[in-house]
Amino acid sequence: MTELTKLTIAEARTKLTAKEISAVELTDAYLAAIEAVNPVINAYVTVTPEKAREMAKASDARIAAGKAGALEGIPLGIKDLFATRDVHTQACSHILDGFKPKYESTVSQNLWDDGAVMLGKLNMDEFAMGSSNESSYYGPVINPWKAEGSNQQLVPGGSSGGSAAAVAAQLCAGATATDTGGSIRQPAAFTGTVGIKPTYGRCSRWGIVAFASSLDQAGPIARDVRDAAILLKSMASVDAKDTTSVDLPVPDYEAAIGQSLKGMKIGIPNEYRVDGMPEEIEKVWQQGMQWLKDAGAEIVNISLPHTKYALPAYYIVAPAEASSNLARYDGVRYGLRVDGKDIVDMYEKTRAAGFGTEVKRRIMIGTYVLSAGYYDAYYLQAQKVRTLIKRDFEIAFANGVDAILTPATPSSAFGIADEDLASDPVKMYLNDIFTVTVNMAGLPGMSVPAGLDHKGLPLGLQLIGKPFEEETLFKTAHVIEQAAGTFAPKKWW
Amino acid sequence: MSVDLATVKRVARLARLAVSEEEAQKMMGELNGILGFVEQLSEVNVKDVEPMTSVTPMVMRKRADVVNDGDKAADIVANAPSTTENFFMVPKVVE
Repeated sequence: MTELTKLTIAEARTKLTAKEISAVELTDAYLAAIEAVNPVINAYVTVTPEKAREMAKASDARIAAGKAGALEGIPLGIKDLFATRDVHTQACSHILDGFKPKYESTVSQNLWDDGAVMLGKLNMDEFAMGSSNESSYYGPVINPWKAEGSNQQLVPGGSSGGSAAAVAAQLCAGATATDTGGSIRQPAAFTGTVGIKPTYGRCSRWGIVAFASSLDQAGPIARDVRDAAILLKSMASVDAKDTTSVDLPVPDYEAAIGQSLKGMKIGIPNEYRVDGMPEEIEKVWQQGMQWLKDAGAEIVNISLPHTKYALPAYYIVAPAEASSNLARYDGVRYGLRVDGKDIVDMYEKTRAAGFGTEVKRRIMIGTYVLSAGYYDAYYLQAQKVRTLIKRDFEIAFANGVDAILTPATPSSAFGIADEDLASDPVKMYLNDIFTVTVNMAGLPGMSVPAGLDHKGLPLGLQLIGKPFEEETLFKTAHVIEQAAGTFAPKKWW
Repeated sequence: MSVDLATVKRVARLARLAVSEEEAQKMMGELNGILGFVEQLSEVNVKDVEPMTSVTPMVMRKRADVVNDGDKAADIVANAPSTTENFFMVPKVVE
């Protein structure tokens, strides 16, 4: 049974089509793996075995009838941020206690329409605010990776920590995730998986619990580049329910895999060499450049001078939007209610009890920077800096650069309950230093595993592309993957 | 710019977050840490730079002004902590 969970989506698709395996068998194998492993990893906050078996049975019927969809019978995990009809949807927050929506997010509906099977809902940082998955109301996720010779528990990254851990530990064939400042790419890098945040507007945000609306994008986390391409093709769509959904046809991303890099220009931004970055990160970056050069691409140095301002600008824009989006949690329409002496007291007590520390911190920052007298100094200044960050990329692309190669994270996975990080929120924020620029500019970004560090932990490289040129990222990432290989943790559970 | 305890309490009130004295103290330190970090933005020359309003240059698509959904009051109140006859129930607001 466990052998079935080793199959990639592409491999499972072949076997299902050839009727060598059934969708029910495949789903049962994953449900058995989740039952055995989830108590240790804590990747799922809810498992939906009955729904999964029912969906798998329907998939088998469609396969028998010759009506299989693009993801027919493929068992997936869904981040708890996506609304799933009548199933636990809480953004891993206490304030959405008991919330089971009566509607389905566009992205998950697209997956079910293509025949995918839902295994359950995945753990995440509360409201997607975090880089370690430790702010979840449901407790931290444990990274399936451990340093060699060490028993220390590591974080899987965040906010899509449950998605990344479930994919790495083979508790789902692939997972949905979301990325506001690096929440797909950083956990993918920490778990040796592949994650892509597409261009803003490519995936509908309808039915995804909002964090920072001008930055949020959905994308997949998968075991390899091809699987990520297969998943994104199904997740992306043009959706009238999201006014920022872009009216462009969704290409066949898988077709880009295997295409030549000859004549491509890859930009290397000098500003991504930061103080205190481990030697190994620089080494893996150099290695990546060599692989792309060997594949026929030209490596050019570029400058993105406003890079260092992306993170501070993000910590104004994102909390500002969050403080507005999270105003709706007031104990009236859904979730938790804590009674008070009047309605305002009820709001304040509900929100105090329902939100965790990191969420409260961001609501406070956001409320402050939007409050009278501070709007121009903080919010307006940050939005202007954001224009400059985007302009840096536009200049690089106008000079002929096709894609940009950077490290994905400034380190490999760190320990659970790291005291140094817990005592200083800004230190934790620095995890997103290489990823956050991409959200600020609305560009597509992808994290692909490139090697292991001296502790035996995965390191990722990030590829940044032009708007709506995800295909360039898939073909380039595939070259890196061919050279670096794929990475799976040693089973200790 | 840094915030004092009174400002923290005022912002918490604006954000409808009940905070204890102890929490407000702790938040003050953390907020000042974050505000100190974002302070570096003031050194960026933004003369003649337009603030970003949309990452993709696009005109917001508008829906047709028609009724295309509805008749689901029961669904809308299904998750509310307190309801009666498809109304949300809240503590008395008007005496």
